[in-house]
Amino acid sequence: MTEIAGKLFTWINTRLPIVNTFERHLSKHPVPSKVNFWYLFGALAAVTLIIQIVTGIWLIMPYSNTEEQAFSSIEYIMRDVDYGWIIRYMHTTGASLFFAVVYLHMFRGLLYGSYQKPKELVWIFGCTIYLAMMAEGFLGYVLPYGQMSYWGAQVIISLFGAIPYIGESLELWVRGDYYISGITVSRFFALHVVALPLVLIALVFLHLVALHEVGAGNPEGVDIEEHLDEDGVPLDSVPFFPYKVLNALVAIGVFMTVFSIIMFFFPEGGGYFIEMANFQEANPLVTPDHIAPVWYYAPFYTMLRAIPDPLGGLIVMASAVAIFFIVPWLDRSKVASIRYKGIYSKIAITMFGVSFLTLGYLGTVGVTEVRKTMSVICTIIYFAYFLLMPIYTKYEITKEVPERL
Amino acid sequence: MQEKDKTRRKVLIGLTSAVGLSGLPFAATPFIAAWNPSAKAKAAGAAVKLDVSKMQYGQQIQVSWRKQPVFIVRHTEESIASLDLALPKLADPNSDQIEEPYRGLNPSRSKSPEYSVFSGVCTHLGCAPKYFPEIEPKPWDATWNGGFFCPCHGSMFDIVGRVFKGVPAPTNLIVPPHMFDGSILTIGEDKEL
Repeated sequence: MTEIAGKLFTWINTRLPIVNTFERHLSKHPVPSKVNFWYLFGALAAVTLIIQIVTGIWLIMPYSNTEEQAFSSIEYIMRDVDYGWIIRYMHTTGASLFFAVVYLHMFRGLLYGSYQKPKELVWIFGCTIYLAMMAEGFLGYVLPYGQMSYWGAQVIISLFGAIPYIGESLELWVRGDYYISGITVSRFFALHVVALPLVLIALVFLHLVALHEVGAGNPEGVDIEEHLDEDGVPLDSVPFFPYKVLNALVAIGVFMTVFSIIMFFFPEGGGYFIEMANFQEANPLVTPDHIAPVWYYAPFYTMLRAIPDPLGGLIVMASAVAIFFIVPWLDRSKVASIRYKGIYSKIAITMFGVSFLTLGYLGTVGVTEVRKTMSVICTIIYFAYFLLMPIYTKYEITKEVPERL
Repeated sequence: MQEKDKTRRKVLIGLTSAVGLSGLPFAATPFIAAWNPSAKAKAAGAAVKLDVSKMQYGQQIQVSWRKQPVFIVRHTEESIASLDLALPKLADPNSDQIEEPYRGLNPSRSKSPEYSVFSGVCTHLGCAPKYFPEIEPKPWDATWNGGFFCPCHGSMFDIVGRVFKGVPAPTNLIVPPHMFDGSILTIGEDKEL
């Protein structure tokens, strides 16, 4: 029996590079031996992506993408489909936690300089994944056709209208109707379930291929390739499988616990994961009193609101995301990790973190004069972190990076 | 291969690519055009008619044209006369910055001196402003003379839909094409335009 299985395996392996791939990318792929918890969020993002794809496929089955039935089909999923409620809550919780782990993953990148040469492309593919996720999340939020789906989409699609000359016709073209109708919902559905997931999967593949080419980083910013053993394997490395895989399994266990607590006890996340207004069907004639985006867009929404002119707001908001792409060329530091960078970098990243969280908070509450001023200040700090980076990283005093991990 | 042949090959590759690429816009046309409003969507967006004679003075109603709110306000003579009071607050009192179909015809901005007809879509980011006709101090304006306030981002408009200075909305509320036949108002179509 085992002999037949062995022969079959050899037969396949001579036609498909199973052992080669396993060794190259898992059992013989060297990764730094010492990293900290910040390095776990990439694996968690991959897990969340899988959750989103699986639950998404199951949600497509009972969902109806028409104006008349979109909202009621969601209620049907929640009430009449066996376990429909848990599949939907997995998907909504998954969306929020996907963004949460990706934000932490990105912050890790900023902390430890995970974008520095030669990892620029890994970083750029990552930024593109984030951009695709934002689009994916927005499109998905429109599908239940609730009040917040409708008015959120109304605000976002109106942004296209701010573009000079072509804006209005572009808006009409995106909607395919004079309002956000079933026509809009069904095209957003197609993009949400087919087009963007394909793009996301392709980008994740490229992100990983590029990462495996240049090798993973570490919180010390030490280049482990400098000290190799006689077989050419870095001395400060362990194979990805089984060491990092088992390591990640523990993190996944913790993550799943948090995930389940939210899913079972706080599925709406206090109105932050599913906004209360979205439990009402879309009504194009009545705007909810308070329009707020889901929490993961809130920082950028605050920037949009902080600028009085819609086109200016659009430009600032788009730049806030676009600026991530050029970070590899903004950082002029000799060292990668925040541990060895100077005091300016430490102050800058702290202020950046605080302003990003404040912008996020401001995006979920109503506007007052004080909050408006705060939004402007935080927006300035946000951009200052990036735009002043070439200066403060170049002229600050850095510490000596050790030779070994 | 000779130098001459290499040049020939380059020219041929260039020409073939150019011809191939010129087909791209043609191939892309159906995919782009399919996103335009369909015939069904256009038909559903046709003009709407209603009788406005039953409206109270000072009342605001909202009708749906292309599923967007259109506000109709019936003014009293006093409220029309008091329009000038808000003048210093207005950003563009004569609607110079937008395409206004009935500019200068009536203070109401419509084809009728008594009724205002304008889109209920905030020119900032598309929310529906709310009607507050009372002349009393409001949290957003201590000298409120009645008008429209957008709950989303705090834009303010007077009772004929003209935008205030210093608010996020860039322009006055848009007046759609419309016509009156006695008390029958048609929104979305004007034979004289």
